[in-house]
Amino acid sequence: MMSKPFTPKVITANALVEGDVIYLTATGWTRDLAEADIITDEADADLRLIEASAQEADVVGVYLAEVQIKDGIPHPTHFREAFRATGPSNYSHGKQEQF
Amino acid sequence: MYQYTDFDAAFLKSRNAQFRAQVARRIDGSLTEDEFKPLRLMNGLYLQLHAYMLRVAIPYGTLNSSQMEKLALIADKWDKGYGHFTTRQNIQFNWPELGNVPDMLDALAEVNLHAIQTSGNTIRNVTADHFAGAAADEVADPRPVAELIRQWSTDHPEFQFLPRKFKVAVSGAPADRAVIKAHDIGLRIVKRNNDIGYEVIIGGGLGRTPMIGKVLYDFVAKEDLLPTLEAIVAVYNLLGRRDNKFKARIKITVHENGIDDIRARVDAHYALIRPQFSGMDQQVLTRIETDFAAPHFLKGDQAPYHNAYQHDPVFRSWADTNLSAHRNPDYTIVSISLKAHGKTPGDATSRQMRLMAALAKRYGHDELRISHEQNVILPHVHKGDVPSVYYALKAEGLGTANIGLISDIIACPGMDYCALATARSIPIAQEIATRFDELKLEHEIGPLKIKISGCINACGHHHVGHIGILGLDRAGVENYQITLGGDGSETAKLGERAGRGFAADEIIPAVERIIMAYLELRSDPAETFLETYRRLGLAPFKAALYPELRTAYAA
Repeated sequence: MMSKPFTPKVITANALVEGDVIYLTATGWTRDLAEADIITDEADADLRLIEASAQEADVVGVYLAEVQIKDGIPHPTHFREAFRATGPSNYSHGKQEQF
Repeated sequence: MYQYTDFDAAFLKSRNAQFRAQVARRIDGSLTEDEFKPLRLMNGLYLQLHAYMLRVAIPYGTLNSSQMEKLALIADKWDKGYGHFTTRQNIQFNWPELGNVPDMLDALAEVNLHAIQTSGNTIRNVTADHFAGAAADEVADPRPVAELIRQWSTDHPEFQFLPRKFKVAVSGAPADRAVIKAHDIGLRIVKRNNDIGYEVIIGGGLGRTPMIGKVLYDFVAKEDLLPTLEAIVAVYNLLGRRDNKFKARIKITVHENGIDDIRARVDAHYALIRPQFSGMDQQVLTRIETDFAAPHFLKGDQAPYHNAYQHDPVFRSWADTNLSAHRNPDYTIVSISLKAHGKTPGDATSRQMRLMAALAKRYGHDELRISHEQNVILPHVHKGDVPSVYYALKAEGLGTANIGLISDIIACPGMDYCALATARSIPIAQEIATRFDELKLEHEIGPLKIKISGCINACGHHHVGHIGILGLDRAGVENYQITLGGDGSETAKLGERAGRGFAADEIIPAVERIIMAYLELRSDPAETFLETYRRLGLAPFKAALYPELRTAYAA
């Protein structure tokens, strides 16, 4: 039986001090999903998740979030991740203020 | 209201110092998140979708003006200039940074406020009727006993690691404005002969498995209350299911064992511990009762009220919906709506908080209340001062005349903020309110409670909404289920599921179909939505909601 094909992911978490939603890049963390590193290989995802989770002193709640790639840029597939990437819908607070 | 003793102040100071050190150790890496999380939760600090969230208790919903001013200061200094009042008489700040939280807690302590036990598997903030001490129908003010329970439950060594969270609500009146039958323990002050006592209801709760509470005792004497509560929580602490989070609330314990079995266990434990209660608690209660003595009510000219009522139709409309009977006929209870059409239910800006504080100080014997329906109340306003209060409120966007009407919606924060949510609540509330304001039907429809939750945990009390809306995630899309006929009052009842859910863009028209059906079906304009529903049942509303089933209904 074929296992489900691996879909593109990014690694996301919250910053320990500010609480902001953050994404893993090749060199560190960003607050802008567009800059996140896209992971397309399952083994790579597992390894990088372990490495990111080890950064306990800076980040909280590390996990893999599914994305769709459009023009080489990751976009959220689930609406929960869309809110995390932009901010609440009742005020222009959060990331929509910055990006 | 309650004045902190030296003991209270010292306790809070040491607790805040302890948490400050814990935050510092988390930031410097000495504590892992697994170690820190239970500590922050005990102090009301959550990590939500976009940021941390600090939940501050407003015990039994009572604030004075300096406390409200402090909440405004906190909103400006460490948050984004507003706060969100919740269905459990708390206020939530949605954007604090971890490093600032100890300063926020110290600022709160300056005005006798805290965030202790607003989370975790402990006895939570004790809520009460928001008209306490003012309502015309009241047997006794429920706040002194609520304060006694707050003191007893705070840091109670036996009850810091309960199977699950534990919520207590108290009402002092026959009309239930505190949803006591949907709490782990609901208390109602009753009079037998000339003695004050308590009806004790247990095992109510909403969430995944909603239950209406059952009467454990119909009368517990005043001096027996604390040992009774201690026996109930002790029995639950031992018997409650720790193997399954979804079955861990006392409502399941009561449901699985039966109320008679629970009563026998509570009786047995009570007999064991009763001798330890020497009566000290009653001395404490007596002192607390002095703190809650009624204000010195003033006599004055009521002409300004009658004048405004006669000449200003906008004032009249507001007075008809937002004022309630006070036990002193010269006074009235003013409900300030935090539900301006199109705004977020329960949110107040720091500017609005300061205005409400100023009005409480000038016209309201320095008292404010927060209701579980996410509004603010000035419980003691002399009728002659009501026009001044109204025009000041109106100027700051606080003059909405909709208390108890279709746009006075309870909505949890939902997926706009909450990490547990499965769908959004706030935009649905905003759209319903805006739509019925456009239709100009709100006053025609009359009393109607819509309650919206963004997940099965039911913070928005959807099961007891006349119209309840539950937001779910159906295969990656927001979907809204409707329940009808729920009731959170003394005639509490759980709503019935209407049928399949609706997509976000279908839910407003669906609510509109229910309302149009009601307007057609009601026997006369005085018959409320709930009365019509009780008379006719689900079927005609289901037919309106699902036109595709209409032929079947007609047949």
